[in-house]
Amino acid sequence: MNHDAYDDNYIRSILNGVKSIAMVGASPVNVRPSYFAFKYLAQRGYDMIPVNPGHVGKTLMGKPFVASLADIGRPIDMIDIFRNSSHIMPVVEEALKLSPPPRVIWMQLGARDDAAAEKAEAAGLKVVMNRCPKIEYGRLSSEISWMGVNSRTLSAKRAPVPTQGMRLSLNRTSFGGGQTAASDRAAKNKTEST
Amino acid sequence: MTDRLPGFSTIAVHAGAQPDPTTGARATPIYQTTSFVFNDADHAASLFGLQAFGNIYTRIGNPTNAVLEERVAALEGGTAALAVASGHAAQVVVLQQLMRPGDEVLAARKLYGGSINQFTHAFKAFGWNVAWADPDDIGSFERAVTPHTKAIFIESIANPAGSITDIEAIAAIARNAGVPLIVDNTLASPYLIKPIDHGADIVVHSATKFLGGHGNSLGGIIVDAGTFDWAKDNKYPMLSEPRPEYHGIRIQETFGNFAFAIACRVLGLRDLGPALSPFNAFMILTGIETLPLRMQKHCDNAKAVAEFLSAHPAVSAVNYAGLPGDRYNNLQRKYSPKGAGAVFTFSLKGGYDAGVNLVSNLKLFSHLANVGDTRSLVIHPASTTHSQLDDAAKVKSGAAPDVVRLSIGIEDKEDLIEDLDQALRA
Ligand SMILES: Cc1ncc(COP(=O)(O)O)c(C=O)c1O
Repeated sequence: MNHDAYDDNYIRSILNGVKSIAMVGASPVNVRPSYFAFKYLAQRGYDMIPVNPGHVGKTLMGKPFVASLADIGRPIDMIDIFRNSSHIMPVVEEALKLSPPPRVIWMQLGARDDAAAEKAEAAGLKVVMNRCPKIEYGRLSSEISWMGVNSRTLSAKRAPVPTQGMRLSLNRTSFGGGQTAASDRAAKNKTEST
Repeated sequence: MTDRLPGFSTIAVHAGAQPDPTTGARATPIYQTTSFVFNDADHAASLFGLQAFGNIYTRIGNPTNAVLEERVAALEGGTAALAVASGHAAQVVVLQQLMRPGDEVLAARKLYGGSINQFTHAFKAFGWNVAWADPDDIGSFERAVTPHTKAIFIESIANPAGSITDIEAIAAIARNAGVPLIVDNTLASPYLIKPIDHGADIVVHSATKFLGGHGNSLGGIIVDAGTFDWAKDNKYPMLSEPRPEYHGIRIQETFGNFAFAIACRVLGLRDLGPALSPFNAFMILTGIETLPLRMQKHCDNAKAVAEFLSAHPAVSAVNYAGLPGDRYNNLQRKYSPKGAGAVFTFSLKGGYDAGVNLVSNLKLFSHLANVGDTRSLVIHPASTTHSQLDDAAKVKSGAAPDVVRLSIGIEDKEDLIEDLDQALRA
């Protein structure tokens, strides 16, 4: 698995395949990136579970915080880890102890732990590192294009008609588009130097 | 593993534009509207709080402009872009994100004259200082870096003489100084040079020129390479510090590798206001679809005209990087191998009067102050744009009395050569 560049179909199949997402490190503070991502994904129909031992007793968009993955008490499809790289491994180890384990481990933008990824992949899980599911959803649906962002997709097919105002569908036919190799290289140099 | 990457011409036609999901319109619709309705109060709040992607008001973003933005971002290999009202607007919006009073921008001495004015006079009123360095002497950039330097600004192919800048050498200086390199790529367009591949962190364009390409619409573009770490050293508080106008969000932390483009939009364009008309965005987008075809023809014609002029008895010198033996020919072959662009200068043996005569005798070349049109253009800087300078200052800025600047169009080169020939003889 090449974790420097993911195929659009790989990301799309994950985002289309999972229904429940536990977000480790979710914040109830409405200017934090984790809050933005949690809200966006909840609005797109994912069953979101906020995990953060510091906020047990509070809720995020009506969902009660749990202290740990083990406290969720039901199977979950994906774990989205909103922690920096040095805190990834324990979360992955905890996830692998769940029964059944999740199908996907997703590490947020800026987070990467290749050893943890290898461990999860060896157990048959799919792994995404250093990406944001909100950005990837926005990119593959082309919603993010409204912000002038290079979605790295092209399409001559009519996309599904937006639902609920201007929410665009992930199920859009696309062809690889303009690359962002310089930015990918810079991100790689940064993780390697830290 | 990854999808096959499409070529430049495919991106020029398709990036950012898909058939409209509701109407099926294939060309990009012109969304000539000031504002966009919200679904409900929460949607409105999410948009204003930067939590959701979507449209609010055309000063902040517009779906037609967004197609242009994504297209240029894709052509340049950047993560995101922002369209603004003009090339000059792009420059001020970019620097507003980086500069505070007392800060310095280090700029190449060889810039479009309007940019030299903007940097020297308009920016002074903001308390932004400019230090100048000579792109033909890379060491002069290194020597001019100070603790106040916040950015380096160069042109890839420089106006007016079409000289080629050693982008990689200056990018290395910017990296060592811990500041972003901004490249004005107006005269090259991404068809000839992609500055991001050579180390640029930000690319700006006057889309008025080759991108639009038809001399009919002003526009500017800012492209974020997604390469600079704005939070490092805390030198760029607009990107790294909590923003009071957005309840304390930090732009880089929230938007990752397209944070700079977002800052330009939600802090620059929103508050300074130089929005691009959606109609102009549509015109520029249409121009970009033929950019690769036009740009190659511009270059091929320019080379033929430069060759003709360099053999002409009335001409004393031609500055065109595409000519063997030109001082920029090696840099041209490295950075811009498909051609040396369409803008260059030449000198007349007959001096000032010969320049004035040439301009008035030409029949196909339009005498005006622009470049990058389908039509061939001519200007005699000493009697027009630079007429207020004394002779010594004219020479220093590349506008000596005997210098004429051409912007070669996409007409048949034989006709351009014939017109120049008759005008030089007249
Ligand atoms: C290289 C370059 N940069 C910037 C500009 C300014 O662009 P605008 O006229 O679109 O403001 C020009 C215009 O001539 C130019 O040639």
